[in-house]
Amino acid sequence: MRLVTAIIKPFKLDDVKKALETVGVAGLTVSEVQGFGRQKGHTEVYRGAEYQVDFVPKVRIEVLVDGADAARVIGVIVDAARTGSIGDGKVWVTAVEDVVRVRTGERGTDAL
Amino acid sequence: MDTGDTAWVLASAALVLLMTPGLALFYGGMVRAKTVLNMMMMSFGALALISVLWVLYGYSMAFGDDIGGGIVGSPFEFFGLSGLLGTAGLDGGFAATSLVFTVPSMAFVAFQAVFAIITVALISGAIADRARFGPWLVFAGVWATIVYFPIAHWVFAFNGAESETGGWIANDLLAIDFAGGTAVHINAGAAGLALAYVLGKRRGFGSEPMRPHNLPLVMIGAGLLWFGWFGFNAGSAISANGQAAEVWVTTMVATGAASLGWLVVERVRDGHATSLGGASGVVAGLVAITPSCSSVTPIGAIIVGALAGVLCALAVGLKYRFGYDDSLDVVGVHLVGGLWGTLAVGLLASSAATAGVDGLFYGGGVDQLWRQAVGAFAVLITSFVLTYLIGQAIQKTMGFRIDEEAEESGIDNAEHAESAYDFTSLGGGGGGGIGSGAGAARAAVGASSGSARGASE
Repeated sequence: MRLVTAIIKPFKLDDVKKALETVGVAGLTVSEVQGFGRQKGHTEVYRGAEYQVDFVPKVRIEVLVDGADAARVIGVIVDAARTGSIGDGKVWVTAVEDVVRVRTGERGTDAL
Repeated sequence: MDTGDTAWVLASAALVLLMTPGLALFYGGMVRAKTVLNMMMMSFGALALISVLWVLYGYSMAFGDDIGGGIVGSPFEFFGLSGLLGTAGLDGGFAATSLVFTVPSMAFVAFQAVFAIITVALISGAIADRARFGPWLVFAGVWATIVYFPIAHWVFAFNGAESETGGWIANDLLAIDFAGGTAVHINAGAAGLALAYVLGKRRGFGSEPMRPHNLPLVMIGAGLLWFGWFGFNAGSAISANGQAAEVWVTTMVATGAASLGWLVVERVRDGHATSLGGASGVVAGLVAITPSCSSVTPIGAIIVGALAGVLCALAVGLKYRFGYDDSLDVVGVHLVGGLWGTLAVGLLASSAATAGVDGLFYGGGVDQLWRQAVGAFAVLITSFVLTYLIGQAIQKTMGFRIDEEAEESGIDNAEHAESAYDFTSLGGGGGGGIGSGAGAARAAVGASSGSARGASE
């Protein structure tokens, strides 16, 4: 099993969610995060005073998938989240040892 | 007594009262999320305290018979306002025992009360985020007593209106200050500058971002101020007549021009016309037209306003150059705008307007201009010096400023044991909440990008 983690532009959340549904992903976790990459922050001006805002708001999506599906899920996320401009985000995959469904106690791929 | 005039003055008083809650929103939106409640409470505290002091002795100090030299009215003449209560009239209704012009004294008491309140509240913008609430209230009471009530007497107490003899600016100097460019705005602006020096800079001033946490609040506040200002200026005619109507129009158009002026400066200098700039321009225009609204033509008002917007947009940068933390630009907007508007009477007054005086550019020479300058700088210097002394006295005795830890964690919690916003459903402050559906989540994410983050460090 794999955990696919994606950092994307907030306005792409809806597109990514819909795209994941079309490939049969049954659940995901979303959180608001902040950070910077090559995009860096941005500058805001209030009454003439410039403020450097270091961290850009992003959305983090986490999806647990069967190892065999990981490549396809990554592809779907990347396609849906891409705008082509700087700051589109990153997707990475990590191995997951075990998963338990809390309600039933099912383990492994049955719990996905 | 004129019932139409009375109705307008009473309505105007209510309009001007709304300006102080409006100011609380205007200021509150500009500070960080951890200090918004204290910012708003400084205005509401002034509203509460000054209304009581005004009834007790403030009105009497401003409008009681002059005790000599046009400096201050007798605090005892109308102490508690008991002498102004109406008695049953011939037709069975209550008749006013005394009149100011054509309205009952008590209507004038109400109208002038709300001027005293907002003048005190205006000062608070200079000391955002760092003044203990108790000492602020002590300051508010002492400042109103020693500075505002006498200066209101100088400017607003005309001989024979309420008492036989009034203040020196109104009756001897003959400077024109229709609604309070000197007594309200220069006064509050100079006081704000003095207090900014007394209290010192906020932690992180100039190095940490201190972005406005809620610009829509600022816009609502600016809107309420503009609305209330029609009472402030047009109500100052103390009559529902042609002068009130002319003043209403000059107040509207100067404000529009000022907002445009501020936005043009921003667009040219910074690249973007901002909402904060638009709202600030509104207030700058209202300040500048306050003294001059009865003495300029509508075209003159556009010039007064446009230049106010440009001047104030440039003046708000002074604090970085000179290193004083006038947090919300009371100096840049109220002191500079008030000075410009007061001097503008001497430059742009036209005898076609109701005040009937010509300024320098309308062939009147410098006669009115020097009167305006003397009035403006007399108020500026008096207010600055007295405020500095009052502020230092409070700082040395009670301590005016909050401690560092409280300032860092946020004055709302330290002084009021409250936080303005519940950011998360898990309880406690801080953090950001994500909505349940995708659409809601997107809106929440978008909102957090512009605001709360800078606030919580």
